[in-house]
Amino acid sequence: MVQFIVGRLLYLVPTLIGITIVAFGFVRVLPGDPVLLMAGEHGVSPERHAALMAQFGFDRPLWEQYLDYVTGLLQGDLGQSIITKVPIANEFFSLFPATVELSVCAIVVAIVIGIPAGVLAAVKRGSWFDQTSMGIALVGYSMPIFWWGLLLIILFSGILQWTPVSGRISLIYFFEPVTGFMLIDSLLSGEKGAFASAVQHLILPTVVLATIPLAVIARQTRSAMLEVLGEDYVRTARAKGLSPLRVVGMHALRNAMIPVITTIGLQVGVLLAGAILTETIFSWPGIGKWLIDSIFRRDYPAVQGGLLLVALVVMAVNLTVDLLYGLVNPRIRHR
Amino acid sequence: MVRKTVFAAASVAAMLLAGTASAKTLIYCSEGSPEGFDPAPYTAGTTNDASSKTLYNRLVEFEKGETTVVPALAEKWEVSDDGLEYTFHLRKGVKFQKTSFFTPTREFNADDVLFSFNRQRQKDSPWYQYTSGVAWDYFDSMDMPNLIKDIVKVDDYTVKFVLTRPDAPFVANLAMDFASILSKEYADKLEAANKKADINLAPIGTGPFAFVAYQKDAVIRYAAHPDYWGGKQPIDNLVFAITTDPAVRVQKLKAGECQAAPYPPPADLAGLRADPKLKVEEQAGLNIAYLAYNTRMAPFDRPEVRRALNQAINKQAIIDAVFQGSGQVAKNPIPPTMWSYSESTVDDKYDPEAAKKALEAAGVKGLKMKVWAMPVSRPYMPNARRTAELIQADFAKVGVGVEIVSMEWGEYLKKAAEVDRDGAVILGWTGDNGDPDNFLGVLLGCAGVGNNNRAQWCYKPFDEIVLKAKTLSGQAERAKLYEEAQAIFKEQAPWATLAHSTVFQPLSTKVSGYKMDPLGSHRFDGVDIAD
Repeated sequence: MVQFIVGRLLYLVPTLIGITIVAFGFVRVLPGDPVLLMAGEHGVSPERHAALMAQFGFDRPLWEQYLDYVTGLLQGDLGQSIITKVPIANEFFSLFPATVELSVCAIVVAIVIGIPAGVLAAVKRGSWFDQTSMGIALVGYSMPIFWWGLLLIILFSGILQWTPVSGRISLIYFFEPVTGFMLIDSLLSGEKGAFASAVQHLILPTVVLATIPLAVIARQTRSAMLEVLGEDYVRTARAKGLSPLRVVGMHALRNAMIPVITTIGLQVGVLLAGAILTETIFSWPGIGKWLIDSIFRRDYPAVQGGLLLVALVVMAVNLTVDLLYGLVNPRIRHR
Repeated sequence: MVRKTVFAAASVAAMLLAGTASAKTLIYCSEGSPEGFDPAPYTAGTTNDASSKTLYNRLVEFEKGETTVVPALAEKWEVSDDGLEYTFHLRKGVKFQKTSFFTPTREFNADDVLFSFNRQRQKDSPWYQYTSGVAWDYFDSMDMPNLIKDIVKVDDYTVKFVLTRPDAPFVANLAMDFASILSKEYADKLEAANKKADINLAPIGTGPFAFVAYQKDAVIRYAAHPDYWGGKQPIDNLVFAITTDPAVRVQKLKAGECQAAPYPPPADLAGLRADPKLKVEEQAGLNIAYLAYNTRMAPFDRPEVRRALNQAINKQAIIDAVFQGSGQVAKNPIPPTMWSYSESTVDDKYDPEAAKKALEAAGVKGLKMKVWAMPVSRPYMPNARRTAELIQADFAKVGVGVEIVSMEWGEYLKKAAEVDRDGAVILGWTGDNGDPDNFLGVLLGCAGVGNNNRAQWCYKPFDEIVLKAKTLSGQAERAKLYEEAQAIFKEQAPWATLAHSTVFQPLSTKVSGYKMDPLGSHRFDGVDIAD
């Protein structure tokens, strides 16, 4: 097992180097530069443009800038936003808990609903439940997040007024963030009604962000279960007279979970991509919204630092999934 | 550390206010996050709404809802006969805000004025580069480093600005956001603690509201400044709830989660107006959208060709289709709300037949040209691509083939400014200081060729008039010259003036005292909210 983990960790090194190159290169291949965008219609003279680019260090050869960037990284320094002048790490980690909170809620909802729905659809293959749930999953998978979010806001916040429109908590509550996770901080604050307000604010963004992973997990679970349910050992279990619940729950589901776990791991990347849109619609102060703003402003250090940190998170999750995979399926760790 | 202290005291302040039954809070759903809280390094309106308008004052300010310059931190000022010296007499008894992170020990005086300006112009000032990458873009783009020769402290309450040349818009420039006055005492304290960058995170000013807390990308909280020289504000708390999506801002307004929000989508206006809990105010924006020909390139180097093309554009169709009625046809290069606007100008009549004949008379046949369309929506132009398509169709009717060009915004701005750029470019401008020179001089003067003068148009008779007007101090004299300049502009037609957009401001009916700002900012001083 140790060898397996070390092997997986070693795989990360070239990936990390690749990510630094991609993150560094990505913003620089985009046309336009921060100075032009900051000046807007006011324009900027060529001399002033050159002076400002030099001030940011963007006039130096790319390889020099890259070396500086990597040297900084090795010293734990991600640089400073050229717009807000605040260190990237401070900006990222002040916003990251909001994204984590939303993503965790979304993936939990997706798993808790998606797996049972997929299992039930497989067991009752061809039934009205199977057809309806898989139909809904297909619609959910194809739904543009932006449109879906606005639709929910108009219905539940606008017409029915059941949920707040956007934000993380009602603005009447005001306390110092301790963990950055609003659900926890609202409890710690001791303010009456704060936790309920935080939960209410989470409902719609969670539903929107969970929609695609939920659809994918349900469909994947169904097809994996169908495959497993046709295996000889399941038939044997049935022949031994085990109850249908035990056959499905113990024998079939555990084996069907292997591709499902992989899918869940892959959904983390999808979640972070979805968070960009979800956060924008719901004014959710997370890293998705921050990254988009940074890209629009060509805030090179923020984009390259942010992308690297997001990539690290995705890699860490995938590594965990790999390790879990090894636990669930011994054949993999012994290969 | 700053954040922790800010929050600790802010919580106390909030608790105190929450404990007061009559505490009034106004929530404004702002459209974006401020880049920082020091106004001078930034040019974005979003940043200035959150900083200079709420937290700071300037020596002079624009009258609320007007472009007239009125006294603020300076009670009065005199201009020397040669127009080179401006002496400002400062208001006494002005207090800086007291917050959790700073308690002022003295009132506002001349040192604060010198600090606020010298940090932007003296390269040896420790504040010139108080954190890496700080640039004084607005100060520089208004040519202040070349204009200001010296700033002299005559006494504690008198400051003299010495200029290198007479410049009539100078006072109006001092009402702009970059000229906000910061506390030197606070700056000294930060410098001593080696925390200069905090001036951009935890601000102190003399303005109507004091900074309480900022949660990045989420919410900014302010409390009324109890000792404000203009009197305490009718509301106790002001909250900016950052809501970037325009459709979501509309929903929040309707749900009562905020009482004011900027930039509603035109398609939502009818719904907002129909809501009995809301009112929608509107005002002609201090802006212009134009199509600038490259007047250095044939056949656009001839005024008769440019005039003929202008006749071919159906501007009303653009207002209807692109602005969805929220705009008006432009006939002059300055907006109608600006002083010196020439009412007597006769606009080019939309007449494709006449345009075709005029082009034939000018010997222009089978012309193929590029029309540049911006990739972004701007306050003066919601959809440049659609506008370009309409112009393309209009020009096709007079036998002119149009290829629409678009590119990334930064590149667009850069390439559109190049002297040898081909074709005509759609662009626009929003006024900075309410002065006609900010349009006629900046956008059409010879000095702007290769930069802001996108028509690359340098016409001496026009330029001389505009430059002369800049040296005069009497508004009536200047207005006369600017009216002459507008007549020359119309005759020479370096642009097709397309539209002035209308700006809308939806508010809760509970809100009173709000005045729309022709310069496009959002001010909450003097605003009240009913319980």
